Amino acid sequence: MSIDMKDLYQDVIVDHNRTPRNFGKIDHADVSLEGYNPLCGDRLTLYIKFDNDTITDISFDGSGCAISVASASLMTEALKGKTTEQAEKVFNDFHHLITDEEPELDIEKFGKLAALAGVRDYPSRIKCASLCWHTLNGLLEGNRSSITTE
Amino acid sequence: MTAKSLMKQATQTVTYDIEKIRDDFPILKQQVNGKPLVYLDNGATAQKPQQVIEVLDQYYREYNSNIHRGVHTLSEKATGAYEAARLKIKNFINAESIQQVILTSGTTASINLVAQSYGRSTLKQGDEIIITEMEHHSNIVPWQMLCEQTGAKLKVVPINDKGELIMEEYESLLNDRTRLVAVVHISNALGTINPVEDIIKLAHNRGIPVLLDGAQAVPHCPVDVQALDCDFYCFSGHKLFGPTGTGVLYGKKALLESMPPWQGGGDMIRTVRFDETTYNDLPYKFEAGTPDIAGVIGTGAAIDYVSAIGMDNIAHYESELLAYATEIMSAIDGLTLVGTADNKAGILSFVMKDIHPHDIGTILDQHGVAIRTGHHCAMPVMERYEIPATARASLALYNTRDDIDHLVEAINNVRKVFA
Ligand SMILES: Cc1ncc(COP(=O)(O)O)c(C=O)c1O
Repeated sequence: MSIDMKDLYQDVIVDHNRTPRNFGKIDHADVSLEGYNPLCGDRLTLYIKFDNDTITDISFDGSGCAISVASASLMTEALKGKTTEQAEKVFNDFHHLITDEEPELDIEKFGKLAALAGVRDYPSRIKCASLCWHTLNGLLEGNRSSITTE
Repeated sequence: MTAKSLMKQATQTVTYDIEKIRDDFPILKQQVNGKPLVYLDNGATAQKPQQVIEVLDQYYREYNSNIHRGVHTLSEKATGAYEAARLKIKNFINAESIQQVILTSGTTASINLVAQSYGRSTLKQGDEIIITEMEHHSNIVPWQMLCEQTGAKLKVVPINDKGELIMEEYESLLNDRTRLVAVVHISNALGTINPVEDIIKLAHNRGIPVLLDGAQAVPHCPVDVQALDCDFYCFSGHKLFGPTGTGVLYGKKALLESMPPWQGGGDMIRTVRFDETTYNDLPYKFEAGTPDIAGVIGTGAAIDYVSAIGMDNIAHYESELLAYATEIMSAIDGLTLVGTADNKAGILSFVMKDIHPHDIGTILDQHGVAIRTGHHCAMPVMERYEIPATARASLALYNTRDDIDHLVEAINNVRKVFA
């Protein structure tokens, strides 16, 4: 396998694709929203439970490519226990991480999410990695219908 | 098979000079991601031989000018080359006359032209149009738009698990309200070669015209519109090794003559006065505005190119390659071919267990292998098989067994990444 490929399909991603964390519907979720990428047919639904401003539980279900499933799995892991304000900050930072040519970000603080930085070099796959994040953003902005990446 | 046809096949195989053919396509000589390019996305668009590229270059360097309107030397030269290309297209599909060869921007434009001109002027509330479950979106949406405009209804012929049309269902959909049948000749998502002769005969028994979407057929097998007896035939230049931006609508003369113009503008008129405008004759009636002149001339050169090899030879070569690819791909653990019609062209759509097509596409690309992943503009086909997408390798006249071996090796690497 070439080095480049290793950069995109890192062990963390392959692992989170095979056994996604926080997978499945939360009964009695406070909010839920479907994200859809018409280009690849990826379809994920995000569920969140709040205590005031804090995300006490977050999960997703649906189907998609390895990048979009791993991204959703890693995202739910990263956001559990965060306030909505903190979550918005992570959303913005993550967006820069995967789209900026040379992000001025401390890669360390991303923890496992940093595994997704490699999509930057695969423009057609950025939408896969960002699908769940746009869905999250939609939820935080009060959108309750559905989100597409187009 | 008779001894004679066997003999013919034997000589065909001998005369197919694949080395020489590959040498004609400069783009194939490059490396992608450090690996020799293996181009297997011909269903999306085909590569261009030197002979086509040179003609484009020559046009822009030596005689670029507008057509049908200048008396100067360059314009006459451009007009001559443009009309010569139309004649090549006419001969290539064996149309009766050049008046029946309407130049468009592509298959999509050709189908929309028929929908908006023929369809809109003849269809009424309650009329029916028959299409199939395996159509490209460009042979679905124009008819849906027409249905909205006229109150006509769309009827869809289903397919079986192999990806073949269920002909009994087609027959039972034909009735007194049917006004048009629009069918893909070869499916871009499944590779199925449809029994278009039977489809046309059954429709004609009831006096119903048939449109064929030949986008995937014309580059891969001989097409004779008179033998087919189809009423409209549509295809694109860019899938036929010509430039992008060109397409053809063939139509039966009586139909084309009865149809009102679609788009108005220069070239499609004879006289314009504010109180009355008269339209030009066929085919110009349907050709408003400055066309892709270089593109059409280039498409003519592409037709010269494939004709010199021979469409029969190409079809034969590709079917052998398809048989080889089908055999070794079917043997890959966890891989399922989608579209296994008995009569198939060189399109291999596939899915892999627990691996999404997009991941396959990205990893293959890293090995220099270009394929397409997604719904291939045929979402209803994906729905039929209950899959979000497929990976698709589509063959052309310059592909080799070596290309297929590279594809298989790369697929095995996909399995390793996800093992
Ligand atoms: C079967 C079929 N029909 C129609 C089209 C549309 O062709 P174009 O985009 O050149 O108009 C395609 C191209 O993908 C096709 O494969």
